[in-house]
Amino acid sequence: MPTAEDRLDQTFMALADPTRRAILARLALGEATVTELAEPFNISQPAISKHLKILERAQLISVGQDAQRRPRKLVAQPLAEANAWLERYRDAWEASFERLEDLLDELQRPASRPKPKRK
Amino acid sequence: MTFYEKAHVSTPSDREVKVVRSFKAPRDLVFKAYTTPELVKRWMLGPPGWEMPVCEMDVRVGGKYRWRWRSNDAAQEFGFHGEFTEVSAPAKLVSTEYFDPGSVGGDMGEGALITVEFSEDKGVTTLTSTMDFGTKRARDAAVATGMTDGMEMSYQLLDGVLAKR
Repeated sequence: MPTAEDRLDQTFMALADPTRRAILARLALGEATVTELAEPFNISQPAISKHLKILERAQLISVGQDAQRRPRKLVAQPLAEANAWLERYRDAWEASFERLEDLLDELQRPASRPKPKRK
Repeated sequence: MTFYEKAHVSTPSDREVKVVRSFKAPRDLVFKAYTTPELVKRWMLGPPGWEMPVCEMDVRVGGKYRWRWRSNDAAQEFGFHGEFTEVSAPAKLVSTEYFDPGSVGGDMGEGALITVEFSEDKGVTTLTSTMDFGTKRARDAAVATGMTDGMEMSYQLLDGVLAKR
């Protein structure tokens, strides 16, 4: 049995590559076949397969029921901390919206008053 | 009316992504902050460690816009450009959007149609941005690219969280 630390190493190794993170992001939207995964990323099928093997070994993805299509799907468990990929997308937006919120606050303050510090 | 204290992301159809967020400000002001280049530059900064050196917007039907981001070490760049197809201040803004991957890479497909709506209720303005990527494939790729950017930050945070265990 691999130790928790080994598993974590494997998870991080698998997550350390932008293509593999993009594959996981794509799978967060629903299962997909190898062909479907290769398409948007402009990568050859063998290259995708290699990435998928690494993700499978890290148990971040699994192969679905359909024996013919063999769709890959996200396994949430090892991603307990890094889960919810739409949340990440949301976070990117939220970071901008928080600055917009600060700006709107500033625009609504009377000009003469000193700026209160944001908590 | 629901107050969206934080950005809310959903996928209304398989080719769209919708982001909703509320602000305690009148919609005139939110619209202004969304359409005035000097103001846009102050909040649409991209990932931490990035700046927005180019922000040009000619906000009228047929007018163009061009946004460009650069990492502080000037090593990487990417941008968006497009044209406004509907401008109904302060309620609605529709534009085309094309991704220029610069040195960052990624794929956003053939371009998207962005509809931003501003509705006000009791001093709260709710902004709804609907991005129609035309196809499911383009939507998935765009979200993956956008998420990868966002994930760079989250990944660093995650690293910190896991390091404490």
